[in-house]
Amino acid sequence: MENTPPLGVGGLVIINYGAGNIQSIKFALKRLGVEAILTDNETEIRNADKVIFPGVGEASSAMQKLKASGLDKVIPTLKQPVLGICLGMQLLCNSSEEGNTKGLGVFDVDVIRYSNEVKVPQIGWNQIQNLKSGLFKNVSENEFMYLVHSYYAPLCEGTIASSEYGIQYSSALQKGNFYGVQFHPEKSSTAGEQILKNFLNLKSKI
Amino acid sequence: MLSKRIIPCLDIKNGRTVKGINFLDLRDAGDPVELAKFYSENGADELVFLDISATEERRKTLADLVLKVAETINIPFTVGGGISSVEDVEILLNNGADKVSVNSSAVKNPQLINELASRFGSQCIVVAIDAKQIDGNWKVHLVGGKVPTELDLFDWAKEVERRGAGEILFTSMDHDGTKNGFANEALAKLSTDLNIPIIASGGAGTMQHFTDTFIEGKADAALAASVFHFKEITISDLKNELLIQGIPMRLMNDERRMTNDEKIN
Repeated sequence: MENTPPLGVGGLVIINYGAGNIQSIKFALKRLGVEAILTDNETEIRNADKVIFPGVGEASSAMQKLKASGLDKVIPTLKQPVLGICLGMQLLCNSSEEGNTKGLGVFDVDVIRYSNEVKVPQIGWNQIQNLKSGLFKNVSENEFMYLVHSYYAPLCEGTIASSEYGIQYSSALQKGNFYGVQFHPEKSSTAGEQILKNFLNLKSKI
Repeated sequence: MLSKRIIPCLDIKNGRTVKGINFLDLRDAGDPVELAKFYSENGADELVFLDISATEERRKTLADLVLKVAETINIPFTVGGGISSVEDVEILLNNGADKVSVNSSAVKNPQLINELASRFGSQCIVVAIDAKQIDGNWKVHLVGGKVPTELDLFDWAKEVERRGAGEILFTSMDHDGTKNGFANEALAKLSTDLNIPIIASGGAGTMQHFTDTFIEGKADAALAASVFHFKEITISDLKNELLIQGIPMRLMNDERRMTNDEKIN
């Protein structure tokens, strides 16, 4: 990890659109030896090797911010590996019940709220299961990840990891070059770091 | 399955840890960053930093500390103590805190909870409540439990949930420091009455106390300070014991090592 070479031209971009705390992701990547560029600039995003799409907060106001900057048109057409984290993953879905907003429509699933049969928000470490992607290389079945959320994506065709909280839901999604994780890999100890490393090691096609 | 959480709490004064200097094998146990790193590598699920400084520079000192902690550790952490405005919270979250906790300021100005929840989201707003029993009734106390109020614990807890708190950190002043166990009856009532997670605090002395607060107290997380700081209980021993008792716990995987073929390239 100490001798990690820097990424090639284009590098790693974190989309900065004013939705929540991105410091943690930046720091987690720095611990892995990778300096990320924070930007909302279309050209920089399109030229990046990899793109991280973060997000903490409320879905409809985050969508407003994406629309205001035109990023709602840019993100779904990206060709390189994209990783949506938490709200970022939810915004890549068709819609969200939170503020009744449309999403970016990459993942064909609608995000809905947990029922009051369980405590909402779900806060803490939950296990991920049925791992189906290279994103989980060297990550064990039933590994714990840190989550904090009130809305979830139900199981669907794009589900590459599931978790149980009253019901089974999608804790990670994938469609082509788009990946989404409901948990926070940047806050999920060494197992989360492994997932970030796996994402960074994906082959970029641009 | 969602695990129950074990949360060491670090008291901070002027950027340094207050309690427990002569413990753990650390170069500088007064350095909150080093202590945080130790706990994050030894199985803590989350950390709470409680700032008890009263100096004028406290805001900047705390903000600087939060940045250093966020740079260093890979688990979530909450910051509390003297937070009274949207601006305070914004600085701490921007510096990498995952959650903030408010206490006296929320009692004095309950609308603050609504403002914080709508601005930053409920998920990062913890309301800390200190209470003790007076004539058999749980009353909310302020200023670290010194000043009694007329507020009933359970009424106030329901109100903070309605106003948008994402989590409640309940400290029983009757139990805090006694090492005789958590206030499980009150905790169980909070957990049943409310639909947000409850963190139990005050009274941890033995591993059995943690088992009891998760089973009888129905707590979602348990917070303690001195039993961890003085190594009376190690987090890994505690978690193994809790697992035996049937309580879902996250264990650390020490076997994960990066091999050459997966280095970032």
